[in-house]
Amino acid sequence: MEHSIYKYILRYSKKQQIILTLMAITSFPFLYVYLQIPALIIDQAIQGNDISFPVEYMGIEFDQLEFLYLTVGLFLLLVVANQSFKYMINVYQGVSGERMLRRLRYELYSRILRFPMPTFKKKSSGEIIPMVTAEVEPLGGFIGEAFALPIFQGGYLLVIITFLLVQNWIMALAAIALYPLQAYFIPILQKKVNLLGKERVRLVRVLSDQIGETVNGAEEIHAHDGSNFMRAKFSSQLNKIYTVRYRIYILKFIVKFLNNFIQQLGPFFFYAIGGTMVINGTLEIGVLVAAIAAHKEMAAPWKELLAYYQRREDARIKYEQVVEQFEPAGMRDESNQLEEPDTIPNLTGEMVGNNIVLADDTGSTLLESLNVRFRLDERVAVVGPAGSGREALTHVLARIIDPDRGQVSAGDIDLVKAPEAIVGRRIAYVGQHGYVFNSTLGDNLFFGLKHRPLHEIDYDGEEKSARENYIREAKLTGNSVDDAEANWLDYGLASVSENGGLDSRALEVLEMVDLSEDVYQLGLRSTLDPEEAPEAADLILSARKRFFEKLEADPSLKNMIEAFEEDKYNTNATLAENLLFGTPVGTAFDLDRMAENAYVQKVIEDADLTETFLRMGYQVATLMVELFAGLPPDHEFFQLYGFISSEELPEYQAMISRIDWDHLDQLRDEDRLRFMSLPFKVIPSRHRLGVLTDEIQEKIVQARHKFAESLPEELQGSVAFFEEDAYSAATNLQDNILFGKIAFGYAQAAEKIGSLLSTVVDEMDLKRIIIGVGLNFRVGTAGARLSATQRQKLCLARAIIKHPDVLILNQATSSFDAATEQKLMGNILKEFDGRCLVWSLDHADKTKDFDNVLILKSGRVAESGPPTKLTTDSLQYKEMLAGS
Amino acid sequence: MSLKEEVEILRQIPLFAKIEPSKIKLLAFTSERLTFQPGDFLCKQGDIGDAAYFIMAGEADVIVDTPSGPLTVATLGKNDVVGEIAILIDIPRTATIQAATELTTLRITKDVFFRMVTEFPEMAVELMRVLAERLVRTTEELQKAKEENHS
Repeated sequence: MEHSIYKYILRYSKKQQIILTLMAITSFPFLYVYLQIPALIIDQAIQGNDISFPVEYMGIEFDQLEFLYLTVGLFLLLVVANQSFKYMINVYQGVSGERMLRRLRYELYSRILRFPMPTFKKKSSGEIIPMVTAEVEPLGGFIGEAFALPIFQGGYLLVIITFLLVQNWIMALAAIALYPLQAYFIPILQKKVNLLGKERVRLVRVLSDQIGETVNGAEEIHAHDGSNFMRAKFSSQLNKIYTVRYRIYILKFIVKFLNNFIQQLGPFFFYAIGGTMVINGTLEIGVLVAAIAAHKEMAAPWKELLAYYQRREDARIKYEQVVEQFEPAGMRDESNQLEEPDTIPNLTGEMVGNNIVLADDTGSTLLESLNVRFRLDERVAVVGPAGSGREALTHVLARIIDPDRGQVSAGDIDLVKAPEAIVGRRIAYVGQHGYVFNSTLGDNLFFGLKHRPLHEIDYDGEEKSARENYIREAKLTGNSVDDAEANWLDYGLASVSENGGLDSRALEVLEMVDLSEDVYQLGLRSTLDPEEAPEAADLILSARKRFFEKLEADPSLKNMIEAFEEDKYNTNATLAENLLFGTPVGTAFDLDRMAENAYVQKVIEDADLTETFLRMGYQVATLMVELFAGLPPDHEFFQLYGFISSEELPEYQAMISRIDWDHLDQLRDEDRLRFMSLPFKVIPSRHRLGVLTDEIQEKIVQARHKFAESLPEELQGSVAFFEEDAYSAATNLQDNILFGKIAFGYAQAAEKIGSLLSTVVDEMDLKRIIIGVGLNFRVGTAGARLSATQRQKLCLARAIIKHPDVLILNQATSSFDAATEQKLMGNILKEFDGRCLVWSLDHADKTKDFDNVLILKSGRVAESGPPTKLTTDSLQYKEMLAGS
Repeated sequence: MSLKEEVEILRQIPLFAKIEPSKIKLLAFTSERLTFQPGDFLCKQGDIGDAAYFIMAGEADVIVDTPSGPLTVATLGKNDVVGEIAILIDIPRTATIQAATELTTLRITKDVFFRMVTEFPEMAVELMRVLAERLVRTTEELQKAKEENHS
């Protein structure tokens, strides 16, 4: 990358800079005329000096007044012309600058992708992120104006000075007499500001690194009561930044003060010298006025030039500081990632490593002239004590880290030189803690199949022109023109057919890594958009029917689900759910705050239930006060069974003792609301409070109908009503099938219903659809919504599904429990029978099912051979087996 | 069935007979009413006990595994309590309980039960009294049995 920002600008935007410069120069003549006109208007048109009316221009005669209007009109025209120039230059500048910023960011990001792995040990994301985002931001603005601004504003200034010189050279010199002073002092001050600016950038990077560490290490900080120490460190960093910024401000305002003072000296000279000359009659008053106006005009460009100078210095430092951070040694060549060979050869024959030498960033040796050789249809276990170079060897073979010296080849392919297109598709690697991206499960699973946009989207109409526009802009800025929306899936690589083949393969692989049940459960709890997948929604709906048929047929299960029925109160649901008879969409009908909703209040009032609700609330509150009054406030019963929190209990107690049953109408409005809100939470079957009598239930069912019928238009989208024959997009798959509430008070109801549900799912072959929905589950930042085990299993599945010739695992299952690890190892060994599997393991006893075992010691392969042979011949292997 | 009825049933159980109605109510409220279908198991012999059941309606068989196969030793009905010993001390269930008819119970977990006992000492005292009575009765029976043996 260019080390100077000017070189960078010239390399990528020479044309734009030239256009901008030409535009600036073209505008100068107009500017000059614009400056001249006021003198013309005052001296000739108004005062009639040196002119005799009527005057004749292009055959038309003008008297004085007409001449005045003509000149004034010309003045207006020039104002428009000048501003138009400014507008065009500004827009073009902005566009050029933003394009360059896009290019710069893209290039920096692209470089991150090419960083050698050890770089990430030294640079944290906390440092890298602000460099690409915030630090380069002002560069865009600067790049746009890098050449045009000094030329435009400088030229502007020159024009004004020329104008003044022509008018009266003494005054012109007076006006600019102090500029040299500024030109001398300001760079000196600026240099100091620059140094401080550099320091500030560095300090802020450390700051953001500290914040990043706090986020990542939150657990440790809490566990060791480290928050105060962290605060102190943060505070000291902030203090450093404050000190630097304070000094920058002081210097900046000194510069500002000097500028303004010198600027104000101008008028002083004009009034003094020019005034004397007018009094003496050596100067026309019009000229003096024009000169003062011109001087005023001068202030703006001069200020701009000085500000530009400051911005330039700022941009220069930032650019240099950022660029030097993005040139670590050992960065991969750009072509290594971009190159796409015509065919991606399979890795066959033998994997051979010769004299591999690798040291870590501290210089200590990891691999020492290591030689290794195994067939590419073998399953190879790598064992050895800690520090034997096991991990380093897997890194080198997977081409994650480049060896310092030595060759690695597979068949006749030199892996060190081979492009990532070959290495990254034919070899898969999973470490101890694989990373999961913040996207869906499916996106993560298929990440290893996305190398090139293989199936482009055919756009038409507006979308087509938008796409063309996108490509044009991307090309202008050296960005990737690939369409991220296209289908990138490489079905061929996964060895599956294009139609649905991948889905069945995904099921297989998820089963292999013991993740399919988890994904199935996630799918059951996820929603599905029936407009996107109408067939799936229909199937779920028929699953609902079949589920109920089965339920009806089995008398022992019959009562365990209380289905939603339009004309029947559901005693296993809350009153709120019963009244709404649907799932709230958005926040309008928050089930916890139903009583506050104006429409709900109206429905209750219309059904003549307000009084009833109030009395129910009073009853519930009385019961709760009676039951819970003696409990300490932190008692968990409050959380488990309470309608009322421990803080609210005394308030209700007070309200109850203030107002008795017969005087409820005397309640204050807010207290009424509090009582009214209680019955909404009552589930008759669960709470058995006996307040919701059959008669009230019936009334609520009627109110439910009213609620739906007269729902105002603006609330139409806020509730998805329960409909027996319709799929509800607002509820998850499981609730869509069950379409009711699991009844309280039946032994093992949840288990029995769960098994009935899975019977239905199996019979209707719905598992694939549900897992498909589960694959749309969003896993959260770094997969935080999955457990650590699920994340690791997902990483394994990702590596397996791309069907690599070589799968390299670095203790990838060591965090699992023994039974799971054994199961997965069996599955993976079976899957890779006849392909190459390299597995670095911590215990020798896990190696017995492998074809070949490499024993590493001090960065070399000490022994190797099939486990059966090693068991008899190798003392080391026997020791390792005995030790584990 | 509402809370009130449950409270009535609980009060007929000697252990709770002398405890304030409001505490009984809390116990009833925080306990789960559980219905078993005929053939469902409340607990199985050898399991670790985590709850006691108060039978409110229906019948349950007490079945003991013997070398010659399962043997129904007793049938429990309304107002009977099952499994209270297992929640007091950590011993495995001594018998299997199976619902004979549709069975409605109030399930009181070990946690809730112990919390009640620690929170309301009067209940602990009552519990001691009931257990002591039982001990006296068992001792008497043992005495009688021994005498019968001697004679």
